[in-house]
Amino acid sequence: MSVPAIRIQGLKKNFGASEIIRGVDLDIHRGERHAIIGPNGAGKSTLFHLISARLPITSGAIELKGENVVGLKPFEINRKGLSRSFQITNIFHNLSVFENLRCAVLWSLGYRYSFWHRLAGLKDARQRAEAVMDDIGLGKRRDTPAGILSYAEQRALEIGITIASGADVILLDEPTAGMSNTETEEAVALIRRVTEGKTLVMVEHDMGVVFGLADRISVLVYGQIIATDAPAAIRCNAAVQEAYLGTTLNHD
Amino acid sequence: MNAAILSRGRLAVWCSCLALAFALPLVLKSGFVISLLCQIGIMAVFSLSYNMLLGQTGLLSFGHAVYYGLGAFATIHLLNAIGKGGGPFTTALLPFAGGLAGLAAGLLLGYVTTRKAGTTFAMITLGIGEMVAACSLMFPGIFGGEGGVSGNRVVGKETFLGFSWGPQVEMYGLIVLWAFACTVAMFALTQTPLGRMANAVRDNPERAEFVGYDTERVRFLMVVLSGFFAGIAGGLSALSYEIVTAETLNAHTSGIVLLIAFVGGIGFFYGPIIGAILVTVMQIVIGGMTHAWLLYFGLFFLFMVLMAPGGIASLIAVQRALWQAGLLGRMLPHYAATTLPVLILLAGLIGLVELSYALLTGDGSEGPSKVMSMQLELKTPAPWLTALAVTGIGITLTRWIGGRMRHEWNATLSTLHGDRS
Repeated sequence: MSVPAIRIQGLKKNFGASEIIRGVDLDIHRGERHAIIGPNGAGKSTLFHLISARLPITSGAIELKGENVVGLKPFEINRKGLSRSFQITNIFHNLSVFENLRCAVLWSLGYRYSFWHRLAGLKDARQRAEAVMDDIGLGKRRDTPAGILSYAEQRALEIGITIASGADVILLDEPTAGMSNTETEEAVALIRRVTEGKTLVMVEHDMGVVFGLADRISVLVYGQIIATDAPAAIRCNAAVQEAYLGTTLNHD
Repeated sequence: MNAAILSRGRLAVWCSCLALAFALPLVLKSGFVISLLCQIGIMAVFSLSYNMLLGQTGLLSFGHAVYYGLGAFATIHLLNAIGKGGGPFTTALLPFAGGLAGLAAGLLLGYVTTRKAGTTFAMITLGIGEMVAACSLMFPGIFGGEGGVSGNRVVGKETFLGFSWGPQVEMYGLIVLWAFACTVAMFALTQTPLGRMANAVRDNPERAEFVGYDTERVRFLMVVLSGFFAGIAGGLSALSYEIVTAETLNAHTSGIVLLIAFVGGIGFFYGPIIGAILVTVMQIVIGGMTHAWLLYFGLFFLFMVLMAPGGIASLIAVQRALWQAGLLGRMLPHYAATTLPVLILLAGLIGLVELSYALLTGDGSEGPSKVMSMQLELKTPAPWLTALAVTGIGITLTRWIGGRMRHEWNATLSTLHGDRS
């Protein structure tokens, strides 16, 4: 069996005395679309923060493509091919849409901290940024400062920045939160398109999105994963239904 | 997409500025004006280097004078050490040594300061600024104690292309060349991957980390490069004044450069240049007219922070946008109408300030005192009431006519933004 894209073992995270992640074991296969669902406060976003090193872990192990990444800094993990989006839009507000995307591709193209290259002369950076810009449907907003885009446009840009570097493991934290139905449909199509051939892990509340996109679903409840399975099996899982008391997975 | 660092339009503007800078001393020949222009050139480089941190990387530094001062001291010591062995050509290159000193200081101090951004960075720069300033008084051998270190920029009798740098106007030419080269270099830096990532780190350091950049490293490199240009500015000041005192690297100098950048506009590359011109002219011209210039400067700064937080450059940018949208004509009569009440208000305020200043700093003797070229009895109500009345009229008129301008302004702006979207 091939090395999983992400392997998490015995992962724990405490904030002071309160345990938020209480022993998570999870394998994300290469090339799969994996959704993490669970009630509010289950620790889904925290799990993302731990994988991407935004927060330090308390104990456990995290491997990215077979390589231990515990203790690395966010930018080091990003350079190993893991890219993530945020639940709260996290973009460069004063820079234009195009500049946002160009910033996102510079490192992966090897320009590092160069102060001897002229940005305008970097054809590869421009082309890649423009390709992503067209992909996320913001071609007409090229020179608009990101801060004054509409909410849905900012969310699209957030996804664009996340995928622009060409990372092969993508973490999306509630990509469709706060969107209207039409916007959600467009976002799902966008996610499907841009994560083709990549490993996708997403946290999502919209069950339509989850069951439409995911190959496998993990259910996180109170810091523990109570089930990981294909969507159809998760739907019938008794433990999952119990965790979602009062809400029905079928009609959400 | 243009391949050059400067687009054609920009190149024309820059060349005109260079030509203007060289032409100025041909028209304005007084020694006072030449010295003023020299100071403007030096401060323009210094404040542009400061804005690499504040405007471009979002780092508020309270200790930027350290790099400027160390550059100045390195230059003056090198000038004295070379002594008769050098010549005008070597002297002309000395500011580069000042830049290297600034760069070295940046490597050393930047390592400590750039660990954190935000308030922590500001506080550490404040601490390091104080520390270096204190050191400058502890080691009189290097920093010359209270008297400073002096030198002579004219080395030997030979000339380089006819220049000995002796006359101040020749020094001015040298400053213009250096200032232009530094400005081009600093602008070019904004157009590189590092320059752009500095903006990204300013806007959102967390996101910058998640697109693969070590924000600490970006900040560090910007501090080092900014230290280099500040050192060059310091080197130019050492050559221009032929004396460097501990004042060049203390908190006052750090404060001035912050004010210059802010007043000029930190959101624009050229903002600090406007700030350097404005503040230096205020400092030297108004400073020559009244002892209360710092008070005026403080009031002006307050006015800018409250009314135009984007600085002069942002005001210019808005006028340009209006002009391009064909809306400037709508505002011009209102600007003209507001000028008179503002001048009346200013006259009244200046009167009050000068009267108070004369009263508080006067020798307390009876009889008329000289205030603003007038013989006035400070202990009679007449001059005070006059100044108060003028101020009152000024306030009333400004509120009335200025209110109408503001109304028109808001309407025009909404038209402008309405057209845009």
